[in-house]
Amino acid sequence: MRNRLLSGPYLVWMALFTLIPLVIVLYYALTDSATGSFTLSNLAALHNYFPIFLRSVWLAVVSSMICLLLGYPVAWRIAQARPSRQRFLYMLVMLPMCISFLLRTLAWVSLLEDTGIINNLIRALGLRPLPLIRNSGAVVLGMVYNYLPYMIMPLYTVIMKIDRRLVEAAQDLGCDGRRVFLKVTLPLSVPGIVSGITMVFVPAVSTFYISQKLGGPGTALIGDVIESQFKAAYNPNLGAAMSLFLMVLVLACIAVMNKFTGEDERVATV
Amino acid sequence: MPKELIRLVDCCMAFDGEVVLNNINLYINDSKFLTLLGPSGCGKTTTLRIIGGFVKPTSGSVLFDGVRINDVPPHKRQVNTVFQRYALFPHLDVYDNIAFGLRIAKLPEKEIASRVGEMLRLVGMTGFEERRIDSLSGGQMQRIAIARALVNRPKVLLLDEPLGALDLRLRKDMQNELKRIQQQLGITFIYVTHDQEEALTMSDTVVVMDKGVIQQIGTPEEIYNEPKNAFVADFIGESNILDGIMIDDRVVEIFGRRFPCVDTGFEKREPVDVVIRPEDIDIVPSENGQLSGTVTSVTFKGVHYDIIVDFRGFKWLIQTTDCHPVGAAVGMRFNPEDIHIMKRSEYSGMFGDYSSYSAEYDEIGDAEAAEGEEETAYEE
Repeated sequence: MRNRLLSGPYLVWMALFTLIPLVIVLYYALTDSATGSFTLSNLAALHNYFPIFLRSVWLAVVSSMICLLLGYPVAWRIAQARPSRQRFLYMLVMLPMCISFLLRTLAWVSLLEDTGIINNLIRALGLRPLPLIRNSGAVVLGMVYNYLPYMIMPLYTVIMKIDRRLVEAAQDLGCDGRRVFLKVTLPLSVPGIVSGITMVFVPAVSTFYISQKLGGPGTALIGDVIESQFKAAYNPNLGAAMSLFLMVLVLACIAVMNKFTGEDERVATV
Repeated sequence: MPKELIRLVDCCMAFDGEVVLNNINLYINDSKFLTLLGPSGCGKTTTLRIIGGFVKPTSGSVLFDGVRINDVPPHKRQVNTVFQRYALFPHLDVYDNIAFGLRIAKLPEKEIASRVGEMLRLVGMTGFEERRIDSLSGGQMQRIAIARALVNRPKVLLLDEPLGALDLRLRKDMQNELKRIQQQLGITFIYVTHDQEEALTMSDTVVVMDKGVIQQIGTPEEIYNEPKNAFVADFIGESNILDGIMIDDRVVEIFGRRFPCVDTGFEKREPVDVVIRPEDIDIVPSENGQLSGTVTSVTFKGVHYDIIVDFRGFKWLIQTTDCHPVGAAVGMRFNPEDIHIMKRSEYSGMFGDYSSYSAEYDEIGDAEAAEGEEETAYEE
């Protein structure tokens, strides 16, 4: 009883700022912008934006994969270090998150833009400037840069918890370093991989600022479109429908991920 | 003539300047059951890890079949380990755990199946193939850990306190089981424990260690009956350890009285430690005793009573099947062969009488041992 009371404030918070807004989103998505009457036309209109949805998911998937490939070795290395050193290295990973997300992205703009630091350097060397900004590559770069810590955190936590004796047991049973990794360390870090991918994929798929600053005219993401429906096109009903669909999409992705790793997750908590 | 399999030559080990092993010299014969016995922190687990290849000795050599293997990594040694707390793979079921080493060795699945089946039979776990590791009890995990190590047919099986986490009854069963498996397969077992009874029950050879030094190597009988110093006498079983002076061959002076004994080879008037086991002392009417004293405490232990007898301030522990009430004046007798004489050592005077004896003595000892699980040193 006491415990239930303790969660009270959070429940109120959830109701006020999550549940009610969700209902409002649902209401807008299912009503006409002019008359306010019930309609499915907003949802029907979504198919025009299908390529943008697809691109958003694609870029988010690519970013998640790159984050995983970059983040795993880092997380592994931190987990192997001496405890005092681990705290320091972990702090280094977290450090960029102390700086505003907007500032970090703007910093990339001034690095990458045509008259930016990198291209100025290239020009100074007498070479042709490179098209570093306003393309999908720059967007992925921005996503990877901003969300990499979210990948490293859960990976580090899981890898650190792997019993050192299991590694020794694998060595004892004939595994060299590579096979210890493939047969023991990697399978046991699956829960960390799943939550890392989730934590990168979800914000990446709905981001708008990164693509606005680093992307080009052809690389608008679904987040950008939703934002413009509310702020520029004054069609919050269509925007709400898009948000709803995006949410369903994200939930579906998470469900799929948890499905094929649920078994291992249970194992890893032993 | 038994064949020598493993030899440690002048092995020293230091972690961050702290000496953990000091000049360990030890050889192990093929097909023997050898136990490394000592209190936590004595270096027994480190010795085992050196043989397993998980740590390299700071100095000295490890020989296997006469070949130096200091630099051979664990996965290339013909040795398998049963780890403390089993270290079974939680992401694999029982079958895949046991098959792990064989799959790494790339054996055909058909042979793997037959060897895993054979192992499950050996440890009495047939039918558990599909079970998840977290659904097994401690004793079952123990058996699977043994099967997982033995299925690779190692020349040597290393066991690191394998029974430490089991309750007493199960531990006794597993002791017999392990001994049976060792004799049935005829391979060498190197067994680490802090439990002296376990060591005496199972081993062909016991190596008693303390503070990184081997205190004594011998058969269980030798270790118990002829302890080399006060540490061994105190650690293995119960002992009354007294100060004595060797008057001559076969004569020792204790409390200013001379007793006949069977030991020879000491200097004349050499100060020595004298051990008399509590079960070797007979209680007689006080006028017939070689020594006499007053009973200060009696504890019923099931098979016998632990009786503490005060003789001029020295508290003797005597184990007897007859009850003598507290306050009774009793006499003590012991035969010459019950008196064991030891050279003085750094441990002299550290273990003496039973003035701090209490009924909880054993339990406290056990609890300490269970908690004081030896710190495992990992290679950085």
